[in-house]
Amino acid sequence: MQGTVRLMQGNQACAHAAIAAGCTFFAGYPITPSSEIAEELARLLPRMGGKFIQMEDEIAAMAACIGASIGGHKVLTATSGPGFSLKQENLGFAVYTEIPCVVVNVMRGGPSTGLPTSPAQGDVMQARWGTHGDHPMVVLAPASVREIYDLTIQAFNLSELCRTPVILLYDEVIGHMREKTEVPDPSQFKIIDRKQSTSSPDAYLPYKSDEDDVPAFVRFGEGYRYHITGLAHDERGFPTQNPRVVEAKQRRLHRKVEQRREEIVAHEAFLLDDAEIAIFAYGVTARSARAAIRTARKEGIRVGLFRPISLWPFPDLELEKLAGQVKAIVVAEMNLGQLIYEVDRVVHGQTRIVAYQKASGEPVHPEEILTAVREHR
Amino acid sequence: MFDYEQYFRREMMPHIWCKGCGNGVILKALLRAIHRLDLSKDQIAMVSGIGCSSRLTGYVDCNTLHTTHGRALAFATGLKLARPEVTVIVITGDGDGLAIGGNHLIHAARRNIDLTCLLFNNQIYGMTGGQVSPTTPEELFSTTSPYGNIEAHFDPCRLVEGAGGTFVARGTAFRTIPLEKLIAEGIQHKGFSFIEILSTCPEIHGRRNKLGTPAEMLQALAKTTLPTGVLRKTSAPEYTEVCEGIIARAQGRG
Repeated sequence: MQGTVRLMQGNQACAHAAIAAGCTFFAGYPITPSSEIAEELARLLPRMGGKFIQMEDEIAAMAACIGASIGGHKVLTATSGPGFSLKQENLGFAVYTEIPCVVVNVMRGGPSTGLPTSPAQGDVMQARWGTHGDHPMVVLAPASVREIYDLTIQAFNLSELCRTPVILLYDEVIGHMREKTEVPDPSQFKIIDRKQSTSSPDAYLPYKSDEDDVPAFVRFGEGYRYHITGLAHDERGFPTQNPRVVEAKQRRLHRKVEQRREEIVAHEAFLLDDAEIAIFAYGVTARSARAAIRTARKEGIRVGLFRPISLWPFPDLELEKLAGQVKAIVVAEMNLGQLIYEVDRVVHGQTRIVAYQKASGEPVHPEEILTAVREHR
Repeated sequence: MFDYEQYFRREMMPHIWCKGCGNGVILKALLRAIHRLDLSKDQIAMVSGIGCSSRLTGYVDCNTLHTTHGRALAFATGLKLARPEVTVIVITGDGDGLAIGGNHLIHAARRNIDLTCLLFNNQIYGMTGGQVSPTTPEELFSTTSPYGNIEAHFDPCRLVEGAGGTFVARGTAFRTIPLEKLIAEGIQHKGFSFIEILSTCPEIHGRRNKLGTPAEMLQALAKTTLPTGVLRKTSAPEYTEVCEGIIARAQGRG
């Protein structure tokens, strides 16, 4: 089946894709520039028999999502910088208790209230490390309206597959931009649901995993009476301070994401085959990079784009290969240095790294990237 | 003799509460209320926050969720909305429910969502070692009010009434039979039910303020000048039912 072509806004695409992915619950709190996701789902979810609730604050919205996911729903919340900060504690609860949920953070200028209606890419490290304690995190970064659609579905799938929160991270421009978008037909994508327990209630151990490192789920109220706690817990879900049990759980949490690296890690390579300079960029910055590359190519500069689609886990292996091939990597970000440190770690001196950083609340212009490329050819 | 064991998780015993703590008395009243209503353990979910009272969820053999500090009502709101057929009981304390979680309390009451919230008020942060709470009486000592509490305490029942709670009651850990009845009535009430339960913390709060033995502290609860029993009972549309109505309307059925 063919998809349908529509003029869509990024945030709107996120809402529609959530429904397509099987989302039946949204809890949120108004915040620019993400509110369109809540507004759209307030309208769409009841039609599908789903539930929408505007909570009293960002913390409660995250909490309500986790509660509903424990009740068996696929859940979404959407926010921006200040709200994302507030959600962090409960986000960690979802990681530790292994409750699937998808969180959208439409990045605006910060810190603090910052620039509510302007784009930024300053939450990359917060998305990875915002909640306290040691934990894995899956973060996906779309760069177009269509990609928001696809990665929203992917975010739900990965969250269900790994039983861990997945963050969809994009900037204000991507969220508010309208593009001609081919909305795929449901036959064009797969839907993953969390693994259900096949054991009897008596034998059920809520945190015992199989070889795939993911425990089987049973929603509350099905006769499998069990305990969920944010305290360190054993396979029964009961609190423990046993060092062996605590460490085993910690390692499994990381392993369940690491062992699915091939399913999670994604990047786009654009004109990299013969490139002597690579631009590393994501989100709206990658779109400017693409424009810069087209102009540079006309000038005879062999330049291409490496665009990480999964920011976390980071596409280490893929970028490392590139490092041996180009004489410079221009890292363009709308912050004063975040993912560049990850690039630096992977490149490990194999090639020159050039920073193009902007934190004015304006997107990076193609001309600016072009200038950086010309200087380092 | 009531068989409490049928509701306990034996593997979680012994519990963490100090000798003489009021929490055990309240837990037993809760279990008797559940029994009185003939509720199946499978259909009950208990959701709690952080603190001594919130540890209760670990001990009861039903669907239990021990969440983050202050947020039990917000988690419970999501769970109840997701599974309206499950009976959701929220366990919280004066620090958890009135300080860090105060915002969720007023909004759960405003929405009139069918949760039963038991607030164990022992006037102190016990688990963290005895810091002043929003219900610590004026001039009492705590680790963070070493010269006596200088802040006014407030009345949680009046707060919930003001926020629109449709069932508001106050019981004590001393009068356990009336407490059991209040809890049962709260669970049966359609809409948000709030029951403040005056309790005691003899080990941490009592010793520091020379409030007497555990028994004397419990007896003192009986002499409270605060009104007890059902303080407000009224009916209003229940949130999850209203949501179902919205779905019907959106689908062109309503």
